Amino acid sequence: MTTQLYLSGVSRSFDGFKAINNLSMVVAKGELHAVIGPNGAGKTTMMDIITGKTRPDEGDVYWNDVVDLTKVDEAGSARLGIGRKFQKPTVFETLTVEDNIGIALKAERGVFATLFDHQTSKQAAKITELLELVRLNDDRARMAAELSHGQKQWLEIGMLLAQDPQLLLVDEPAAGMTDAETMRTAELLKDIAGERSVVVVEHDMEFVRALGCKVTVLHQGSVLAEGTLDHVSSMPEVIEVYLGR
Amino acid sequence: MLKKLFLTFAILFYGAAAFAQDLEALVAQLPGGSYDDRAAVVLEISQTGDERAFAVLEALKAGKLFFHKGEGIIVEVREIGDEDIAFNILDNTEIGAVGRRDAKKIKVNNGLRREISAALGTMYLQSTDPSVRLEAADAVFKSGDPTQLAALEAAILAETDNKVRTALTEARAVAILNDDADVSAKLAAIEVLRERGDRDAQGVLSKFITDPDLGEAVATVLAEIEQNQKLWGLVQNVWYGLSLGSVLLLAAIGLAITFGVMGVINMAHGELVMIGAYTTFAVQEFIRTSMPEYFDMSLLFAAPLAFLVAGSVGIGIERGVVRHLYGRPLETLLATWGISLILQQTVRSIFGPNNREVGNPDWMSGAFEIGAMNVTYSRMWILVFSLMVFTGLLLLLKRTSMGLRMRAVTQNRAMAADMGINTGWVDALTFGLGAGIAGLAGVALSQIDNVSPNLGQSYIVDSFMVVVFGGAGNLWGALAGAFSLGIANKFLEPFAGAVLAKILVLVFIILFIQKRPRGLFALKGRAVEN
Amino acid sequence: MFNRLIDRRMGIFLAGLFIITVAVPIGNLLIAGQPVPSYAVALLGKYLCYALLAVSLDLVWGFAGILSLGHGAFFALGGYAMGMHLMREIGTRGVYADPLLPDFMVFLNYDELPWFWLGFDNFLFASLMVMLIPGLLAFVFGWLAFRSRVTGVYLSIITQAMTYALMLAFFRNEMGLGGNNGLTDFKDLLGFNLQTDSTRAGLFVAAAIALAAGLLISKFITTSKLGKVLVGVRDAESRTRFIGYRVEGYKLFVFIVSAMMAGVAGAIYTPLVGIINPGEFSPANSIEIVIWVALGGRGTLVGAAIGAIIVALAKTLLTGWIPEIWLFALGGMFVLVTLYLPNGVLGAVENTIKKLKRKTEAPA
Repeated sequence: MTTQLYLSGVSRSFDGFKAINNLSMVVAKGELHAVIGPNGAGKTTMMDIITGKTRPDEGDVYWNDVVDLTKVDEAGSARLGIGRKFQKPTVFETLTVEDNIGIALKAERGVFATLFDHQTSKQAAKITELLELVRLNDDRARMAAELSHGQKQWLEIGMLLAQDPQLLLVDEPAAGMTDAETMRTAELLKDIAGERSVVVVEHDMEFVRALGCKVTVLHQGSVLAEGTLDHVSSMPEVIEVYLGR
Repeated sequence: MLKKLFLTFAILFYGAAAFAQDLEALVAQLPGGSYDDRAAVVLEISQTGDERAFAVLEALKAGKLFFHKGEGIIVEVREIGDEDIAFNILDNTEIGAVGRRDAKKIKVNNGLRREISAALGTMYLQSTDPSVRLEAADAVFKSGDPTQLAALEAAILAETDNKVRTALTEARAVAILNDDADVSAKLAAIEVLRERGDRDAQGVLSKFITDPDLGEAVATVLAEIEQNQKLWGLVQNVWYGLSLGSVLLLAAIGLAITFGVMGVINMAHGELVMIGAYTTFAVQEFIRTSMPEYFDMSLLFAAPLAFLVAGSVGIGIERGVVRHLYGRPLETLLATWGISLILQQTVRSIFGPNNREVGNPDWMSGAFEIGAMNVTYSRMWILVFSLMVFTGLLLLLKRTSMGLRMRAVTQNRAMAADMGINTGWVDALTFGLGAGIAGLAGVALSQIDNVSPNLGQSYIVDSFMVVVFGGAGNLWGALAGAFSLGIANKFLEPFAGAVLAKILVLVFIILFIQKRPRGLFALKGRAVEN
Repeated sequence: MFNRLIDRRMGIFLAGLFIITVAVPIGNLLIAGQPVPSYAVALLGKYLCYALLAVSLDLVWGFAGILSLGHGAFFALGGYAMGMHLMREIGTRGVYADPLLPDFMVFLNYDELPWFWLGFDNFLFASLMVMLIPGLLAFVFGWLAFRSRVTGVYLSIITQAMTYALMLAFFRNEMGLGGNNGLTDFKDLLGFNLQTDSTRAGLFVAAAIALAAGLLISKFITTSKLGKVLVGVRDAESRTRFIGYRVEGYKLFVFIVSAMMAGVAGAIYTPLVGIINPGEFSPANSIEIVIWVALGGRGTLVGAAIGAIIVALAKTLLTGWIPEIWLFALGGMFVLVTLYLPNGVLGAVENTIKKLKRKTEAPA
């Protein structure tokens, strides 16, 4: 098993409040990994640190065992192959669905490269393939603003996949989805895993159960428990801080 | 010992002189005799205690006193237009035009002129008006005329006013230095000037730096004064900075509410300040015409009225325009800019494009001195006023239920609405509060700045800079921002000049925002970024 | 490529612009009786410069969400760069007839030409500076601001502070740029007397060509993939970052291009009106540009140009008619456009046409 992402002894505080406190976690290549925890457990800050949005006060964050992620910014982490999906679906509302995917498609990201860019037929085919995967091919010419909440979630996942990332960080993908959509999303993520690593942050236990993967429980900025969902949900300390409430 | 004797003599002499001959007879004696005789008469005139003696001696000194042959009296000849007109020197009645041959000039030579000056100096020093005495003391201080020593001594003993006595003592010190007094008396005089310790004292003393007996003492005192002056210069600069800062604070504090607390960019803020200033103008006009005896209290009437007028205009702006643009800050900025243009033009149409004169009540005019520092009353009261407004606002936000509602709505609108707070009403009142404070700022600014329709424009950039520099959403930030920018400006001015200082401060803020995009007192953490 | 650059809006506008560009000089120079008076040529030329300025602002505001309240500064810098060349061209024809120093420098007892005036006697050098100076300011300012992620209203306020600081600076005689009188009394440009009708018509045509070029360049940028990334930045800046774009580089690029375009507009404006002074830097001027764009239709390029022409025309007419009413009208425009015309005049007109079409098609 090779390591995709490695966090060790990471801490970060805001105005004295320790959002992340001596957190250590390892994500293997191709692994599907769920992170759960009550509000304020540090889930979002953890993702901010991995993607270079926030710098940790101390601790190591490594990518593929070699790249120090604490020295990389958001764009840099994306270029390394980390894709991040926000809790609130964030797409480009005044661009068409097709253009949303087109911008995200893996390509040269420099200013002049994009200024003189021409779409190749290969790229066009890739866009269609992705649109079909997220079931938005019929809506490809519509403005993203016109999509439903669930469709926006899917579009965002499509954009993530267009980046061809090695690791996907997915923040509460099931929020605001119907039950059927939720299950379909779980299936999709399971499909994606294996080829890519996936870390899912989620509140919805049904959804986590459907993923059927390793679970890490965060509490007050550090790891409280780790294992299968059945294993962690039987631990008394987990029940007390999270599930019991 | 000798001095004391001399003093006693002087008092006796002057005291007796009060009962000398009357002025008419003495003036009549002026034309005759030699210069020495005339000098004696001058001395006697100066001792009459008659108010008219000032005019006689001034005219004589200036060479304008003539013997009018036709009338047989003494006249002063004044040049009016192209003509020489004679006036009776004693009752100032006009005699008529005089030619060369009608009058004979009463001649003075340099010696006599000196005597006249001395006599006049003495008279002024004994004037019943303290301000005249003070002026006379200052005149002697400047001239350093040792012949006035006797008069000074007498005046010091008779003086009841402390301020005048100090001035007299200092004048005496200069006179002693210029006199042939002994070294110990001169050293004592240097001590007096050390106490005075200002630029004038420095000027007097620097003349004696080469004196073999005094040079050393003068050098130490000069160094000390220089040091002191520098220190006072610093204090003065800080004061100017605080004063500018208080103006900035007043202009920015309302913005700290609308921009800082509500997140609304109100480009018409400056015009609300202007409305406050015009309200002051209108109140003063009303008081001037219908009850002038209350003029000194005009600002007390104007302040609440300005708050209400500007506040209502603010509420109007919020309900009419800003309300529809919440969550669209850039559009709000543009719409309120439009409102600012309309307000400007409205005021220009009503009151005219020119500056309007707003008067200072008595308690706002004039100045006083602390050490070598000059403090004008208007600036001082504005500083006090700005701090009062600041404190009042702080208490309102922190201690009242209205303040609680305001904070609740701005922090979590949906939750506040669920708890039964009428958010629309709170928005309007919050905006109105910011606007009302702008009106108060206008009352203060009317005292030190031109009241014109452009008044607001000149403060808008500055006040936004204060809020941005201090950190939006934080009243303390506005306070720190206003005073640090004010002081920075005033400290740069001596080196760079007023305009360049302002440019430097602006450039500094632009650079500063790059480093700390949320200002000096920004809240940190995740919540702010999202 | 042609289809990408020239859509229906652009086509109609450019056709109209072409007709005016041909008709106005002919009407002024060739037809007896001058149906187009000379002052109108200069006035129309001025409007076209404003239109180009509006397009430059629309490029950053409409497409990248950067509301610059200091675009007048780039315009004025371009104008000053051209003004410096025109001052050097005066030569010995000035009041003091100094071969090297402009009149105001002789008046202020300058001994020699300040270093930053060197080279401006050369037209090509000056033309280069017309773009480089605004571009450089945009680069320095943008690099600092975008790198530290100053956005939204904060960015607007510091752009306003930027132009305000420049205005104060240019008012100073010590700047060596004419103080509050600015640069004026120009004689000729490239040997053509600025007072003649033919030169004025030439400048008018130059303004029209510059506007067309500005529109096409902006269209090229906004329809490229880079343009879509910019819209992405406007809609969801953090999303753009997280899919791997360095947003600051993109903003900086478009900000510099826009500043250069504004500089060119200022450079043609200066010889047309015969003066450039520090008033052009005033924050009020810059914010007026924003209303041109908002009124015409933000993010449409063509709309921005139309908006500029409408507002400038209204200003000329109203200030000539009842001067007091102009500020009411301008202020009212700001309020009404932001409240009721979010897509500007162009958007409103196009919507109406669409509705009418639907009505006529519906029965069929």
